[in-house]
Amino acid sequence: MTDTAAAEVAALSEDHRTSTGISNEKLAMWLFLGSECLLFGGLISTYMFNKGRIGPDDIGPDDVFDIPFTSVSSFVLLMSSLTMVFAVSSIAKGDLRRNRIWLAATAALGATFVAGQVYEFTAFYSEGLGFTTNLFGSSFYALTGFHGAHVTIGIIMLMSLFVMSVRGNLSRERAETVEIIGLYWHFVDVVWIVIFTIVYLFPQ
Amino acid sequence: MTAVQSPRIAHRPLGVFTRPQGSEGWRSWLFTVDHKRIGIMYGAAALFFFIVGGVEALFIRLQLATPNGSVIGAGTYNGVFTIHGVTMVFLVVMPMAAAFANYLLPLQVGARDVAFPRLNAFSFWCFLAGGVLLTSSMFIGGWFQNVPDGGWFNYAPNSGVLFSPSKGIDFYAVGLQITGIASLVSAINLIATVLNMRTKGMSLFRMPVLTWMLLITQFLLLFAIPVITVALFLLMFDRLWDSNFFNVAAGADPLLWQHLFWIFGHPEVYILILPAFGIVSEIIPTFSRKPIFGYHFMVASGIAIGFMGWGVWAHHMFTSGMGPLSVAAFSVSTMFIAVPTGVKILNWLATMYRGRLRFTTPMLYAVGVVSMFTIGGLSGVTHAIAPSDTQQTDTYYIVAHFHYVIFGGALLGLFGGFYFWWPKAFGYKLNEAWGKASFWVMLIGFNFTFGPMHILGLQGMSRRIPTYRADEGFAFWNMVASIGAFVIAIGVAMFLWNVYASTRKWRRAGRPDVGPDPWDARGLEWMTASPTPEHNFDSDIEVQKLDEFWHRKYGRDETGRVVRAAPTSQIAHDGSNTSVHLPSPSYWPIVLSAGILLVGYGLIFNLWLAAAGVALLVGAIYGWSLEPPDDPDAAGHHGDHAGELPAADEAEGRAGSPLELEEAQSVD
Repeated sequence: MTDTAAAEVAALSEDHRTSTGISNEKLAMWLFLGSECLLFGGLISTYMFNKGRIGPDDIGPDDVFDIPFTSVSSFVLLMSSLTMVFAVSSIAKGDLRRNRIWLAATAALGATFVAGQVYEFTAFYSEGLGFTTNLFGSSFYALTGFHGAHVTIGIIMLMSLFVMSVRGNLSRERAETVEIIGLYWHFVDVVWIVIFTIVYLFPQ
Repeated sequence: MTAVQSPRIAHRPLGVFTRPQGSEGWRSWLFTVDHKRIGIMYGAAALFFFIVGGVEALFIRLQLATPNGSVIGAGTYNGVFTIHGVTMVFLVVMPMAAAFANYLLPLQVGARDVAFPRLNAFSFWCFLAGGVLLTSSMFIGGWFQNVPDGGWFNYAPNSGVLFSPSKGIDFYAVGLQITGIASLVSAINLIATVLNMRTKGMSLFRMPVLTWMLLITQFLLLFAIPVITVALFLLMFDRLWDSNFFNVAAGADPLLWQHLFWIFGHPEVYILILPAFGIVSEIIPTFSRKPIFGYHFMVASGIAIGFMGWGVWAHHMFTSGMGPLSVAAFSVSTMFIAVPTGVKILNWLATMYRGRLRFTTPMLYAVGVVSMFTIGGLSGVTHAIAPSDTQQTDTYYIVAHFHYVIFGGALLGLFGGFYFWWPKAFGYKLNEAWGKASFWVMLIGFNFTFGPMHILGLQGMSRRIPTYRADEGFAFWNMVASIGAFVIAIGVAMFLWNVYASTRKWRRAGRPDVGPDPWDARGLEWMTASPTPEHNFDSDIEVQKLDEFWHRKYGRDETGRVVRAAPTSQIAHDGSNTSVHLPSPSYWPIVLSAGILLVGYGLIFNLWLAAAGVALLVGAIYGWSLEPPDDPDAAGHHGDHAGELPAADEAEGRAGSPLELEEAQSVD
């Protein structure tokens, strides 16, 4: 690697225009994600506080959860984190074609997860668990619904990146934009691991 | 970085709308992204809401002035005290602090603007949208028919449709959600500004105390806002879509709301007061002609308050039956948080001790904060004693306490800030005689209003009850408090008259220049012309010390006496550099906020309206993202164009040696 190339890479990974060396955009995303921790913290606490507050004959977690199905959709979402990593590394190398492939793959995996959630919600609803049925229903749909909305926004951002790339507006110099959206995507995945563990796997 | 900029980006601007231009007329305010104009708009909006909230307070005091008051009915009374509290907390103190944060943070760290100028504009318009929505609840569908009526903390289950069937609580849930978005965006933006946009040499421990306090405030907002966001969503779901979060009949525990609200609400208390602490920490050293005493302790105590503020929320809930262990733990933590606050009070006193005090209007306000906040702080510590608090809960003693800290602490500090930075923002001082008179009127009125409430509370007068009987013995002090409230109103009117009269006088005198540094102050914001030029500083400043500007003005001679090192005119920038590239104005922040406002009304009244709002919102986000960059080379950054500034080095050279004693003049 020549000196110029090395300097170029250094310039891409570190922002010398700021006091911390982290670009404003990336710092803002980290701060936003810090704030999001408290948002999901509040929703998860609400769920844990409320899930047992149902009558003995009420429809509850044990009546509706399909652990194998949700495990598969969780696996799909986790795989999307892997493809997101490939998307970030490919654009950092300047490989725009692969970057597009991985962006599309990440969005597709995310969409599969959301589709699974829609299916799950429909199935639960037909089994008699609505948003207004009881405290478990309200808390469950609020928590997983907020998460699903976050995944959906992530998919929209990934698709926007994809369209930008097709139009020739996503070059190597904008690698950090992909990285920042990647941060959001990984965060949403990590939150799902917590939700999946607490909501589905903990003994009810 | 510009070396690797793709030519394709440079020659192919995205988007279809060109960016707005021009720096004159009303358009330049609607579409501005300049942090100083946004700060001024925050201040103006907060003053407007202050008058609204003040008039509401006067109606409360009219109703309570005499026993069996009948000025407003019981239902309206619920609405009036609720909207008064919500207005004063969310639409007055918070945006007034945001005014100073916006105007001063970039200047104090030596930056050209905030990290994200368009997001900054969005924060303001979004806040205004929330304020408009909340305030409109007073007259939509009839006078006070749909106003929030559950108190500012809006406890469940009273906030449910069953007990509050009007649309008032919907306005509360949606309106506060919108102002929350504004605060969150602003917090991210300002933290990024302080951490990332500091000028050369401005290390964290060379930042002024105000910058530190505002930074801590933004961190508190960053982590506190999402908690109330959750609470407001749950409330909204309950009211609009029949979920069960606070439905006691379905087994819900209404304490959930109390916990969520106060986990937000107690950090919120520090969000209200820390900016005022910062302002006082700027004013007192300036008018004591001493550096702040114990700078590191001042900063550290602020950080300590920032952390400990998260561990005291349940002291608002001592009577909720949460158990003796919780009560004991929160009782201790509440007593403990008084320690860093006490450190601040002592440091201000030590700063003034043996200083060369000048009792200008800002200094009077600052000393007012120190003394009034101490009273409020002490009554706060009495609440930490749980048995005593059990007696005081929901009495006027609590009302007295939080008005002493929020009015006597936060608002007096913010008013002191108005007087202090007015010449920096507008180029002329407010009249000192009127300023001092209005201060004393406000202070006396304040003590007559809220001082007697301690007594009323200990006598057992409940808050939020619209009237009382003559034989309860509350009549005398209530009359005193009501008279005091009108004295405060006179003081505020005198402030407004002062603004009008001082402006008129300055204009008639041909707009004389007040100079960059009318108070002989210490922060970098005084190192540029007044009013601050659009580009802030003519060149980048290299900072070597805390209170850099002061150390450029003053040095010590051989005997250790403080002497003038250089005249201000040589050190301060005159604003003549016109080659600085600045971000262009933008249409989208205000359009996006309009979309959010439509969504807000839509959620309350008609979901089709909300759908239209969402369409506008999504369009605005894409318009925002695809807006052509104002300058391809800038790529969104305008923080450091040192290369474009040939004039820079000259100014630096002149000011470089603070000890040019041949020009010195003694200050003694």
